[in-house]
Amino acid sequence: MSKTESWGSRVGLILAMAGNAVGLGNFLRFPVQAIQNGGGAFIIPYLVCFLLMGIPLLWVEWSMGRFGGRSGHHSTPFILHNMDPKRALWKYVGVFGIFTNIAVAAYYCYLESWTLSYIWHSVAGTFMDMGAEGVASFFNSYIDISVSTTGIPYEAIWFWLLCLLLNTWILSKGLSGGVEKVAMIGMPLLIVFGLFLAIRGVTLKAGEHGAVYDGTVGLNFLWTPDYSSIWKPSVWLAAAGQIFFTLSVGMGSIQCYASYVRKKDDIALNAMSAGWMNEFVEVVLGGAIIIPIAIGYLGIDKVKELTATGGLGLGFKTLPYLFTQWGPWLSAIAGVCWFGLLFFAGITSSLAMGTPVMGFLQDEFGWKRGPSAWMFGLVVLLLGLPTVLFFEHGVFDEYDYWAGTVSLVIFALLEVILFAWVFGMDKGWAEINMGADLRPPTVYRFIIKYVTPVILAVVFLASLPGIWEKITAPASPYLHASRLLLLAVYAGIALLVRKAYLKRKRHAHGMV
Amino acid sequence: MNTSALVLMLASVLTVTGFTLYFFYRVLTTPPKPEPDSFSDNDPEP
Repeated sequence: MSKTESWGSRVGLILAMAGNAVGLGNFLRFPVQAIQNGGGAFIIPYLVCFLLMGIPLLWVEWSMGRFGGRSGHHSTPFILHNMDPKRALWKYVGVFGIFTNIAVAAYYCYLESWTLSYIWHSVAGTFMDMGAEGVASFFNSYIDISVSTTGIPYEAIWFWLLCLLLNTWILSKGLSGGVEKVAMIGMPLLIVFGLFLAIRGVTLKAGEHGAVYDGTVGLNFLWTPDYSSIWKPSVWLAAAGQIFFTLSVGMGSIQCYASYVRKKDDIALNAMSAGWMNEFVEVVLGGAIIIPIAIGYLGIDKVKELTATGGLGLGFKTLPYLFTQWGPWLSAIAGVCWFGLLFFAGITSSLAMGTPVMGFLQDEFGWKRGPSAWMFGLVVLLLGLPTVLFFEHGVFDEYDYWAGTVSLVIFALLEVILFAWVFGMDKGWAEINMGADLRPPTVYRFIIKYVTPVILAVVFLASLPGIWEKITAPASPYLHASRLLLLAVYAGIALLVRKAYLKRKRHAHGMV
Repeated sequence: MNTSALVLMLASVLTVTGFTLYFFYRVLTTPPKPEPDSFSDNDPEP
């Protein structure tokens, strides 16, 4: 993105930000988390965490981004450095905001490519005569790249490459010419597809199209509250984790998008609009699709069993089969809607992962938009290759754990400390309120300074035993190699940041 | 659906939908700021 580049419209910016937040987890992770953590009662800690951690982080990240953008910084190493120029450490903390995006994009694009492939198979009617077992084993064969599911050798790799090319091409078209256009088309379509499936799910009738239960049985199961769960710390941690990941905070992509906002344009209202749009997609649409449909056909016990390890299996192994019960036409439409909405949720997020990397290359090394987009594509290709080739050896999950989980929490904790305690709440609050079309309640000054850092610290401390267990548990050479690779990527970006910093210093001295 | 599930679902769905529509309505109805700090100034340079 060039330094003169910016968003074409306010609605485009909000849809791109909402698209960044809305991901596959809105549809696959949220309902499963709710089932496992108190049913309907989960919404209480969930919304409390949204108010005390989600909204503050959105305001912090949007204002950090706009603040950095005013000085021509579009990636977190120098956005953070700009907030406390005396301490060199912050630019290396900011490396997280590039590292996370590259590493997450490396495995996320593969996941995104599955949705693209499944759209094709839904239209082609591949699942029609397979039966439940056949559809489930189709997925297992698909991710085993040596098996050809449709006669195309290495089909999963082709779809992955196609997905990567699509992402890179859109990124090369720039912010308003590429990313914003996709958001303007993708987000409304996602909502339309979601509404269609939610209505189908909720109005499912026992006895029609092979359904055993009404769709409301699934809704009843999902929303029946177990109020005793509210007193369990694990439920609060799950709620905080869900809010964290659903809003895409702690990644550096929000700061990057916000850095292209003009210096006195609103961020307070924009952040609220994008954040609540994500909540609508998650709570209203995400809660009304997979659980009502799956329970309508399979019953509560079977769905409990299927969701014990997450929602991915339900989304890719079970739902395509259930759609076939609706007849060939409706099955194809439902497949396109389901995998189409997952695809749009995915691509609007993966595009957001590319922009910080491009911003860094353009700001610090003077690269043009096209080459920086293709460099991002190349790095993601190389780093993503192990997740595709060694998926069954756990490489995909390893990337997800270190880059998509641990890094986010560490970065968010450090950035909120920088914003509230180092940059200072007086300046920070003024930054949030500058040009605001919505006055944030004053209580948020207190929340951002004290409550949000404490919640993030608790989430981080609670994850330490798991991190320790992960490090000390016996692991395969594939997992060790993955960790070393990720460490090398972080170190490589830190070296580039160092080089850019020295270049800036030389330039500053030269000017004197 | 049992009453507690129905109440909780409707309260959550209506709250989330209400806030989403309210903030988006505010975005759509807020007049743009005067130049040069508004989005209307963000057109590509000739």
